[in-house]
Amino acid sequence: MMKAIMKFIYQFASPKHFYRLSGKIIPWFAWLAAILLIAGSIDGLFIAPVDYQQGDSYRIIFIHVPAAWMSMFIYMVMATSGAIALIWKIKLADVIASSSAPIGAAFTFLALVTGSIWGKPMWGAWWVWDARLTSELILLFLYLGYMALESAIEDPRAAARACAILAIVGVINIPIIHYSVEWWNTLHQGATVTKLDKPSIHISMLIPLLLMALGFKLYYAAVVLMRARNKVLVTEQNNRWVKEIIG
Amino acid sequence: MTLYTLLSCLIEGFGNKETKSSQAVLGTNLYNAFFNLLKRDLRLAFRHKSEILNPLFFFVIVVTLFPLGISPEKQVLAEIGPGIIWVAALLASMLSLDSLFRSDFEDGTLELMLLSEYPLPILILAKIVAHWLITGFPIIIFSPLLGTVMFLSNEAIETLMITLLLGTPILSLIGAIGMALVVALKRGGMLLSLLVLPLYIPVLIFSSNAVGSSMAGLSISGQLYFLAAFLIFCLTLAPIATSAALRVSLE
Repeated sequence: MMKAIMKFIYQFASPKHFYRLSGKIIPWFAWLAAILLIAGSIDGLFIAPVDYQQGDSYRIIFIHVPAAWMSMFIYMVMATSGAIALIWKIKLADVIASSSAPIGAAFTFLALVTGSIWGKPMWGAWWVWDARLTSELILLFLYLGYMALESAIEDPRAAARACAILAIVGVINIPIIHYSVEWWNTLHQGATVTKLDKPSIHISMLIPLLLMALGFKLYYAAVVLMRARNKVLVTEQNNRWVKEIIG
Repeated sequence: MTLYTLLSCLIEGFGNKETKSSQAVLGTNLYNAFFNLLKRDLRLAFRHKSEILNPLFFFVIVVTLFPLGISPEKQVLAEIGPGIIWVAALLASMLSLDSLFRSDFEDGTLELMLLSEYPLPILILAKIVAHWLITGFPIIIFSPLLGTVMFLSNEAIETLMITLLLGTPILSLIGAIGMALVVALKRGGMLLSLLVLPLYIPVLIFSSNAVGSSMAGLSISGQLYFLAAFLIFCLTLAPIATSAALRVSLE
Protein backbone atom coordinates (compact mmCIF):
# COMPACT_ATOMS: atom_id res chain seq x y z
CA MET A 1 0.00 0.00 0.00
CA MET A 2 2.70 2.42 1.12
CA LYS A 3 4.70 1.49 -1.93
CA ALA A 4 1.80 2.27 -4.22
CA ILE A 5 1.31 5.65 -2.56
CA MET A 6 4.98 6.50 -2.86
CA LYS A 7 4.98 5.43 -6.47
CA PHE A 8 2.02 7.69 -7.14
CA ILE A 9 3.74 10.59 -5.39
CA TYR A 10 6.99 10.09 -7.25
CA GLN A 11 5.13 9.95 -10.52
CA PHE A 12 3.11 13.01 -9.66
CA ALA A 13 6.25 14.84 -8.61
CA SER A 14 8.10 14.07 -11.77
CA PRO A 15 9.00 17.32 -13.52
CA LYS A 16 7.05 16.49 -16.66
CA HIS A 17 3.83 15.67 -14.82
CA PHE A 18 4.22 18.65 -12.58
CA TYR A 19 4.69 20.96 -15.52
CA ARG A 20 1.55 19.75 -17.26
CA LEU A 21 -0.65 19.66 -14.18
CA SER A 22 0.47 23.01 -12.78
CA GLY A 23 -0.17 24.61 -16.16
CA LYS A 24 -3.80 23.56 -15.82
CA ILE A 25 -4.16 24.59 -12.17
CA ILE A 26 -2.51 28.02 -12.28
CA PRO A 27 -5.34 29.88 -14.11
CA TRP A 28 -7.87 28.56 -11.57
CA PHE A 29 -5.77 29.74 -8.64
CA ALA A 30 -5.00 33.07 -10.27
CA TRP A 31 -8.63 33.88 -11.17
CA LEU A 32 -9.96 32.77 -7.81
CA ALA A 33 -7.28 34.87 -6.10
CA ALA A 34 -8.20 37.90 -8.19
CA ILE A 35 -11.92 37.54 -7.41
CA LEU A 36 -11.34 37.01 -3.70
CA LEU A 37 -8.90 39.91 -3.44
CA ILE A 38 -11.26 42.29 -5.23
CA ALA A 39 -14.26 41.16 -3.17
CA GLY A 40 -12.25 41.30 0.05
CA SER A 41 -10.90 44.77 -0.73
CA ILE A 42 -14.33 46.18 -1.55
CA ASP A 43 -15.86 44.58 1.52
CA GLY A 44 -12.97 45.62 3.74
CA LEU A 45 -12.52 49.17 2.49
CA PHE A 46 -16.14 50.25 1.93
CA ILE A 47 -18.64 47.89 3.51
CA ALA A 48 -17.09 46.84 6.82
CA PRO A 49 -18.09 49.21 9.67
CA VAL A 50 -15.78 51.86 11.05
CA ASP A 51 -13.90 50.83 14.18
CA TYR A 52 -15.13 52.73 17.23
CA GLN A 53 -11.60 53.30 18.49
CA GLN A 54 -9.29 53.32 15.51
CA GLY A 55 -11.61 54.95 12.95
CA ASP A 56 -10.90 54.14 9.32
CA SER A 57 -7.19 53.57 9.77
CA TYR A 58 -7.80 50.06 11.07
CA ARG A 59 -8.70 49.03 7.52
CA ILE A 60 -5.06 48.39 6.73
CA ILE A 61 -5.35 45.15 8.72
CA PHE A 62 -7.05 43.63 5.70
CA ILE A 63 -3.63 43.71 4.04
CA HIS A 64 -1.40 43.61 7.11
CA VAL A 65 -2.81 40.57 8.86
CA PRO A 66 -3.07 38.27 5.81
CA ALA A 67 0.46 39.30 4.79
CA ALA A 68 1.77 38.48 8.28
CA TRP A 69 -0.04 35.13 8.20
CA MET A 70 1.44 34.38 4.79
CA SER A 71 4.94 35.29 5.95
CA MET A 72 4.79 32.55 8.58
CA PHE A 73 2.87 30.11 6.43
CA ILE A 74 5.41 30.31 3.60
CA TYR A 75 8.32 29.68 5.96
CA MET A 76 6.46 26.59 7.17
CA VAL A 77 6.00 25.52 3.55
CA MET A 78 9.72 25.99 2.91
CA ALA A 79 10.73 23.98 5.97
CA THR A 80 8.22 21.22 5.22
CA SER A 81 9.20 20.87 1.59
CA GLY A 82 12.87 21.06 2.63
CA ALA A 83 12.28 18.13 4.97
CA ILE A 84 10.43 16.23 2.23
CA ALA A 85 13.32 16.85 -0.16
CA LEU A 86 15.89 15.66 2.40
CA ILE A 87 13.97 12.53 3.42
CA TRP A 88 12.38 11.29 0.20
CA LYS A 89 14.75 12.97 -2.25
CA ILE A 90 11.90 14.52 -4.20
CA LYS A 91 13.52 17.21 -6.33
CA LEU A 92 10.26 19.06 -6.83
CA ALA A 93 10.10 19.84 -3.11
CA ASP A 94 13.42 21.69 -3.39
CA VAL A 95 12.04 23.66 -6.30
CA ILE A 96 8.94 24.64 -4.32
CA ALA A 97 11.05 25.67 -1.31
CA SER A 98 13.42 27.86 -3.26
CA SER A 99 10.59 29.41 -5.34
CA SER A 100 8.76 30.24 -2.12
CA ALA A 101 11.58 32.17 -0.45
CA PRO A 102 11.37 35.48 -2.34
CA ILE A 103 7.57 35.46 -2.15
CA GLY A 104 7.72 34.87 1.58
CA ALA A 105 10.27 37.63 2.01
CA ALA A 106 8.02 39.97 0.01
CA PHE A 107 5.02 39.17 2.22
CA THR A 108 7.14 39.69 5.33
CA PHE A 109 8.27 43.05 4.00
CA LEU A 110 4.67 43.97 3.17
CA ALA A 111 3.57 43.05 6.70
CA LEU A 112 6.35 45.21 8.15
CA VAL A 113 5.56 48.20 5.96
CA THR A 114 1.80 48.07 6.54
CA GLY A 115 2.43 47.52 10.25
CA SER A 116 4.54 50.63 10.41
CA ILE A 117 2.03 52.67 8.40
CA TRP A 118 -0.69 51.51 10.78
CA GLY A 119 1.54 52.34 13.72
CA LYS A 120 2.01 55.98 12.70
CA PRO A 121 -1.52 57.18 13.64
CA MET A 122 -1.93 54.55 16.39
CA TRP A 123 1.34 54.84 18.27
CA GLY A 124 2.48 58.19 16.87
CA ALA A 125 5.67 56.69 15.48
CA TRP A 126 6.66 54.84 12.33
CA TRP A 127 8.42 52.16 14.25
CA VAL A 128 7.80 50.81 17.70
CA TRP A 129 9.82 47.96 19.16
CA ASP A 130 6.70 45.97 19.65
CA ALA A 131 6.94 42.22 20.05
CA ARG A 132 5.17 41.12 16.91
CA LEU A 133 6.73 43.73 14.63
CA THR A 134 10.14 42.76 15.98
CA SER A 135 9.63 39.05 15.41
CA GLU A 136 8.39 39.84 11.92
CA LEU A 137 11.62 41.75 11.34
CA ILE A 138 13.65 38.77 12.57
CA LEU A 139 11.63 36.55 10.24
CA LEU A 140 12.66 38.84 7.38
CA PHE A 141 16.30 38.32 8.41
CA LEU A 142 15.74 34.56 8.34
CA TYR A 143 14.34 34.82 4.82
CA LEU A 144 17.27 36.99 3.72
CA GLY A 145 19.75 34.52 5.24
CA TYR A 146 18.04 31.68 3.38
CA MET A 147 18.20 33.53 0.08
CA ALA A 148 21.81 34.61 0.67
CA LEU A 149 22.86 31.03 1.41
CA GLU A 150 21.07 29.79 -1.68
CA SER A 151 22.82 32.28 -3.94
CA ALA A 152 26.22 31.71 -2.30
CA ILE A 153 26.40 27.98 -3.07
CA GLU A 154 27.03 27.38 -6.72
CA ASP A 155 25.92 23.78 -7.09
CA PRO A 156 22.09 23.93 -7.09
CA ARG A 157 21.70 20.48 -5.52
CA ALA A 158 24.00 21.31 -2.63
CA ALA A 159 22.39 24.74 -2.26
CA ALA A 160 18.95 23.18 -2.02
CA ARG A 161 20.05 20.70 0.65
CA ALA A 162 21.91 23.31 2.69
CA CYS A 163 18.88 25.61 2.50
CA ALA A 164 16.59 22.79 3.57
CA ILE A 165 18.67 22.27 6.72
CA LEU A 166 18.68 26.02 7.39
CA ALA A 167 14.90 26.23 6.95
CA ILE A 168 14.35 23.33 9.36
CA VAL A 169 16.68 24.88 11.96
CA GLY A 170 14.89 28.18 11.44
CA VAL A 171 11.42 26.73 11.81
CA ILE A 172 12.39 25.07 15.09
CA ASN A 173 13.76 28.38 16.31
CA ILE A 174 10.91 30.62 15.16
CA PRO A 175 8.59 29.81 18.09
CA ILE A 176 11.47 30.22 20.54
CA ILE A 177 12.42 33.57 19.03
CA HIS A 178 8.79 34.64 18.84
CA TYR A 179 8.01 33.87 22.47
CA SER A 180 11.24 35.35 23.77
CA VAL A 181 10.56 38.56 21.86
CA GLU A 182 6.97 38.54 23.12
CA TRP A 183 8.17 38.10 26.66
CA TRP A 184 10.73 40.85 26.12
CA ASN A 185 8.20 43.49 25.29
CA THR A 186 4.69 43.93 24.10
CA LEU A 187 2.76 47.04 23.15
CA HIS A 188 0.81 45.40 20.38
CA GLN A 189 -2.83 44.62 20.96
CA GLY A 190 -3.39 40.94 21.61
CA ALA A 191 -4.54 38.61 18.86
CA THR A 192 -8.24 39.09 18.29
CA VAL A 193 -9.10 36.70 15.52
CA THR A 194 -9.82 33.55 17.55
CA LYS A 195 -13.49 33.57 18.41
CA LEU A 196 -12.89 31.78 21.70
CA ASP A 197 -11.70 34.58 23.93
CA LYS A 198 -12.77 38.20 24.14
CA PRO A 199 -12.30 40.83 22.84
CA SER A 200 -12.65 39.33 19.41
CA ILE A 201 -13.20 40.70 15.95
CA HIS A 202 -16.75 41.37 14.78
CA ILE A 203 -18.12 39.12 12.08
CA SER A 204 -18.57 42.02 9.64
CA MET A 205 -14.83 42.64 9.83
CA LEU A 206 -13.88 38.99 9.98
CA ILE A 207 -15.48 38.13 6.63
CA PRO A 208 -13.38 40.56 4.50
CA LEU A 209 -10.31 39.53 6.50
CA LEU A 210 -10.85 35.87 5.71
CA LEU A 211 -11.62 36.68 2.06
CA MET A 212 -8.33 38.55 1.81
CA ALA A 213 -6.43 35.78 3.62
CA LEU A 214 -7.78 33.16 1.23
CA GLY A 215 -7.04 35.45 -1.72
CA PHE A 216 -3.45 35.89 -0.54
CA LYS A 217 -3.06 32.12 -0.20
CA LEU A 218 -4.33 31.44 -3.69
CA TYR A 219 -2.18 34.23 -5.07
CA TYR A 220 0.84 32.63 -3.42
CA ALA A 221 -0.13 29.23 -4.80
CA ALA A 222 -0.42 30.63 -8.33
CA VAL A 223 2.85 32.55 -8.17
CA VAL A 224 4.85 29.77 -6.55
CA LEU A 225 3.67 27.33 -9.19
CA MET A 226 4.62 29.77 -11.96
CA ARG A 227 8.09 30.22 -10.49
CA ALA A 228 8.47 26.50 -9.95
CA ARG A 229 7.47 25.83 -13.57
CA ASN A 230 10.20 28.14 -14.78
CA LYS A 231 12.78 26.49 -12.55
CA VAL A 232 11.72 23.05 -13.70
CA LEU A 233 12.15 24.13 -17.31
CA VAL A 234 15.63 25.44 -16.60
CA THR A 235 16.83 22.38 -14.69
CA GLU A 236 15.29 19.93 -17.17
CA GLN A 237 16.30 21.87 -20.25
CA ASN A 238 18.20 18.94 -21.73
CA ASN A 239 15.25 16.57 -21.59
CA ARG A 240 13.20 15.81 -24.65
CA TRP A 241 9.82 16.87 -23.28
CA VAL A 242 11.17 20.34 -22.55
CA LYS A 243 12.57 20.65 -26.05
CA GLU A 244 9.20 19.63 -27.43
CA ILE A 245 7.46 22.36 -25.46
CA ILE A 246 9.95 25.05 -26.31
CA GLY A 247 10.20 23.85 -29.88
CA MET B 1 42.49 4.38 8.52
CA THR B 2 40.15 5.34 11.26
CA LEU B 3 39.86 8.72 12.78
CA TYR B 4 41.32 7.38 15.95
CA THR B 5 44.57 6.28 14.34
CA LEU B 6 44.84 9.66 12.73
CA LEU B 7 44.21 11.44 15.99
CA SER B 8 46.46 9.22 18.01
CA CYS B 9 49.15 9.84 15.41
CA LEU B 10 48.63 13.53 15.89
CA ILE B 11 48.46 13.48 19.65
CA GLU B 12 51.14 10.91 20.33
CA GLY B 13 53.25 12.55 17.67
CA PHE B 14 53.30 15.69 19.71
CA GLY B 15 54.36 13.73 22.75
CA ASN B 16 57.11 11.92 20.79
CA LYS B 17 55.71 8.58 21.80
CA GLU B 18 55.25 5.55 19.61
CA THR B 19 51.93 5.32 17.79
CA LYS B 20 49.54 2.83 19.26
CA SER B 21 49.13 -0.50 17.56
CA SER B 22 46.07 -1.05 15.44
CA GLN B 23 44.92 -3.72 17.90
CA ALA B 24 44.60 -1.11 20.60
CA VAL B 25 42.86 1.18 18.17
CA LEU B 26 40.13 -1.33 17.46
CA GLY B 27 39.59 -1.77 21.15
CA THR B 28 38.96 1.89 21.79
CA ASN B 29 35.48 3.21 22.20
CA LEU B 30 33.48 6.31 21.54
CA TYR B 31 34.41 7.79 24.88
CA ASN B 32 38.06 7.78 23.88
CA ALA B 33 37.33 9.22 20.47
CA PHE B 34 35.43 12.06 22.05
CA PHE B 35 38.12 12.95 24.54
CA ASN B 36 40.98 12.49 22.12
CA LEU B 37 39.37 14.82 19.63
CA LEU B 38 38.73 17.31 22.42
CA LYS B 39 42.33 17.06 23.58
CA ARG B 40 43.61 17.44 20.04
CA ASP B 41 41.57 20.58 19.40
CA LEU B 42 42.66 22.10 22.70
CA ARG B 43 46.27 21.26 21.99
CA LEU B 44 46.07 22.83 18.55
CA ALA B 45 44.54 25.95 20.07
CA PHE B 46 47.30 26.19 22.66
CA ARG B 47 49.87 25.94 19.88
CA HIS B 48 48.23 28.91 18.15
CA LYS B 49 47.63 31.15 21.11
CA SER B 50 46.05 33.85 18.95
CA GLU B 51 43.06 31.56 18.53
CA ILE B 52 42.39 31.91 22.25
CA LEU B 53 43.49 35.50 22.70
CA ASN B 54 42.02 37.22 19.65
CA PRO B 55 38.32 36.65 20.47
CA LEU B 56 39.06 37.79 24.00
CA PHE B 57 40.79 40.98 22.85
CA PHE B 58 37.96 41.61 20.42
CA PHE B 59 35.46 41.22 23.25
CA VAL B 60 37.32 43.69 25.46
CA ILE B 61 37.83 46.26 22.68
CA VAL B 62 34.20 46.23 21.56
CA VAL B 63 33.02 46.84 25.13
CA THR B 64 35.56 49.67 25.51
CA LEU B 65 34.20 51.41 22.41
CA PHE B 66 30.79 52.05 23.96
CA PRO B 67 31.79 54.38 26.82
CA LEU B 68 33.84 56.29 24.26
CA GLY B 69 30.98 56.45 21.80
CA ILE B 70 28.11 57.12 24.19
CA SER B 71 29.13 58.56 27.54
CA PRO B 72 31.40 57.67 30.45
CA GLU B 73 28.68 58.47 32.97
CA LYS B 74 28.05 55.84 35.57
CA GLN B 75 24.28 55.89 35.28
CA VAL B 76 24.23 55.50 31.50
CA LEU B 77 26.81 52.73 31.45
CA ALA B 78 25.15 50.76 34.23
CA GLU B 79 21.92 50.94 32.24
CA ILE B 80 23.31 49.75 28.91
CA GLY B 81 26.21 47.67 30.27
CA PRO B 82 24.52 44.24 30.39
CA GLY B 83 23.34 44.54 26.80
CA ILE B 84 26.70 45.77 25.54
CA ILE B 85 28.71 43.07 27.24
CA TRP B 86 26.35 40.46 25.88
CA VAL B 87 26.35 41.84 22.33
CA ALA B 88 30.15 41.89 22.43
CA ALA B 89 30.23 38.28 23.65
CA LEU B 90 27.83 37.34 20.85
CA LEU B 91 30.02 38.93 18.19
CA ALA B 92 33.24 37.53 19.63
CA SER B 93 31.77 34.04 19.66
CA MET B 94 30.45 34.40 16.11
CA LEU B 95 33.70 35.72 14.68
CA SER B 96 35.67 32.90 16.27
CA LEU B 97 33.48 30.25 14.63
CA ASP B 98 35.80 30.13 11.66
CA SER B 99 38.38 28.28 13.72
CA LEU B 100 35.81 25.57 14.47
CA PHE B 101 35.86 23.85 11.08
CA ARG B 102 37.91 25.92 8.65
CA SER B 103 41.41 24.49 9.12
CA ASP B 104 40.09 20.95 9.49
CA PHE B 105 38.14 21.43 6.30
CA GLU B 106 41.17 22.69 4.42
CA ASP B 107 43.55 19.89 5.46
CA GLY B 108 40.97 17.15 5.02
CA THR B 109 40.57 16.14 8.66
CA LEU B 110 36.88 16.87 8.48
CA GLU B 111 36.46 14.47 5.60
CA LEU B 112 38.12 11.69 7.60
CA MET B 113 35.77 12.43 10.47
CA LEU B 114 32.81 11.99 8.17
CA LEU B 115 34.19 8.65 7.03
CA SER B 116 35.02 7.41 10.50
CA GLU B 117 33.07 4.65 12.21
CA TYR B 118 32.03 6.85 15.11
CA PRO B 119 28.74 8.74 15.07
CA LEU B 120 29.46 12.16 13.62
CA PRO B 121 27.31 14.20 16.06
CA ILE B 122 29.45 12.98 18.98
CA LEU B 123 32.66 13.98 17.23
CA ILE B 124 31.11 17.33 16.34
CA LEU B 125 30.11 17.79 19.95
CA ALA B 126 33.73 17.27 20.99
CA LYS B 127 34.81 19.99 18.58
CA ILE B 128 32.08 22.33 19.83
CA VAL B 129 33.07 21.74 23.45
CA ALA B 130 36.67 22.48 22.55
CA HIS B 131 35.58 25.65 20.73
CA TRP B 132 33.64 26.76 23.79
CA LEU B 133 36.58 26.10 26.10
CA ILE B 134 38.83 28.10 23.77
CA THR B 135 36.58 31.09 23.07
CA GLY B 136 33.66 31.10 25.52
CA PHE B 137 35.44 30.23 28.73
CA PRO B 138 38.05 33.05 28.62
CA ILE B 139 35.20 35.51 28.07
CA ILE B 140 33.54 34.28 31.25
CA ILE B 141 36.79 34.68 33.19
CA PHE B 142 37.22 38.24 31.93
CA SER B 143 33.60 39.31 32.31
CA PRO B 144 33.85 40.52 35.96
CA LEU B 145 36.51 42.97 34.87
CA LEU B 146 34.29 44.38 32.14
CA GLY B 147 31.30 44.36 34.47
CA THR B 148 33.26 46.51 36.93
CA VAL B 149 34.30 48.87 34.16
CA MET B 150 30.65 49.26 33.17
CA PHE B 151 29.68 49.96 36.80
CA LEU B 152 27.55 46.85 37.28
CA SER B 153 26.74 45.91 40.87
CA ASN B 154 28.32 42.83 42.43
CA GLU B 155 25.11 40.81 42.15
CA ALA B 156 24.80 41.82 38.52
CA ILE B 157 28.36 40.68 37.81
CA GLU B 158 27.59 37.37 39.44
CA THR B 159 24.50 37.04 37.23
CA LEU B 160 26.52 38.08 34.21
CA MET B 161 28.92 35.21 34.82
CA ILE B 162 26.10 32.71 35.29
CA THR B 163 24.34 33.84 32.11
CA LEU B 164 27.61 33.67 30.18
CA LEU B 165 28.22 30.20 31.57
CA LEU B 166 24.79 29.07 30.34
CA GLY B 167 24.67 31.21 27.21
CA THR B 168 28.06 30.98 25.52
CA PRO B 169 27.80 27.20 24.97
CA ILE B 170 24.50 27.87 23.19
CA LEU B 171 26.29 30.36 20.93
CA SER B 172 28.94 27.78 20.05
CA LEU B 173 26.30 25.11 19.42
CA ILE B 174 24.07 27.23 17.17
CA GLY B 175 27.08 28.82 15.51
CA ALA B 176 28.39 25.37 14.58
CA ILE B 177 25.29 24.77 12.44
CA GLY B 178 25.85 28.01 10.54
CA MET B 179 29.57 27.39 10.19
CA ALA B 180 28.95 23.91 8.85
CA LEU B 181 26.69 25.37 6.17
CA VAL B 182 29.24 27.93 4.96
CA VAL B 183 32.51 26.07 5.56
CA ALA B 184 32.98 25.17 1.91
CA LEU B 185 32.37 28.73 0.71
CA LYS B 186 35.21 31.12 0.00
CA ARG B 187 33.59 34.23 1.45
CA GLY B 188 31.39 32.83 4.15
CA GLY B 189 32.04 35.40 6.86
CA MET B 190 29.33 37.91 6.09
CA LEU B 191 26.88 35.18 5.23
CA LEU B 192 27.58 33.43 8.53
CA SER B 193 26.50 36.48 10.49
CA LEU B 194 23.28 36.68 8.51
CA LEU B 195 22.54 33.02 9.23
CA VAL B 196 23.55 32.88 12.86
CA LEU B 197 22.73 36.21 14.49
CA PRO B 198 18.92 35.93 14.20
CA LEU B 199 19.15 32.59 15.97
CA TYR B 200 21.20 34.15 18.80
CA ILE B 201 18.42 36.60 19.69
CA PRO B 202 16.67 34.55 22.41
CA VAL B 203 19.97 34.11 24.25
CA LEU B 204 20.65 37.84 24.07
CA ILE B 205 17.18 38.77 25.28
CA PHE B 206 17.12 36.49 28.31
CA SER B 207 20.75 36.95 29.34
CA SER B 208 20.95 40.72 29.23
CA ASN B 209 17.53 40.95 30.82
CA ALA B 210 18.66 38.70 33.66
CA VAL B 211 21.68 40.91 34.32
CA GLY B 212 19.54 44.05 34.18
CA SER B 213 16.96 42.52 36.52
CA SER B 214 19.54 41.55 39.08
CA MET B 215 20.82 45.14 38.98
CA ALA B 216 17.29 46.19 39.92
CA GLY B 217 17.15 43.55 42.63
CA LEU B 218 14.51 41.45 40.88
CA SER B 219 14.29 37.68 40.71
CA ILE B 220 16.11 36.14 37.75
CA SER B 221 15.26 32.46 38.12
CA GLY B 222 12.88 32.56 35.14
CA GLN B 223 15.52 33.81 32.75
CA LEU B 224 18.11 31.33 34.02
CA TYR B 225 15.65 28.44 33.70
CA PHE B 226 14.99 29.48 30.11
CA LEU B 227 18.69 29.64 29.31
CA ALA B 228 19.30 26.26 30.90
CA ALA B 229 16.42 24.73 28.97
CA PHE B 230 17.61 26.25 25.72
CA LEU B 231 21.12 24.96 26.41
CA ILE B 232 19.87 21.41 26.88
CA PHE B 233 17.74 21.76 23.76
CA CYS B 234 20.68 22.92 21.65
CA LEU B 235 23.01 20.38 23.20
CA THR B 236 20.78 17.56 22.01
CA LEU B 237 19.80 18.83 18.57
CA ALA B 238 22.53 21.17 17.32
CA PRO B 239 25.23 18.47 16.82
CA ILE B 240 22.78 16.48 14.67
CA ALA B 241 21.92 19.49 12.52
CA THR B 242 25.61 20.36 12.28
CA SER B 243 26.55 16.92 11.03
CA ALA B 244 23.76 17.00 8.46
CA ALA B 245 25.03 20.39 7.28
CA LEU B 246 28.62 19.14 7.15
CA ARG B 247 27.61 16.18 5.02
CA VAL B 248 26.01 18.61 2.55
CA SER B 249 29.01 20.95 2.57
CA LEU B 250 31.54 18.19 2.01
CA GLU B 251 29.63 16.36 -0.66
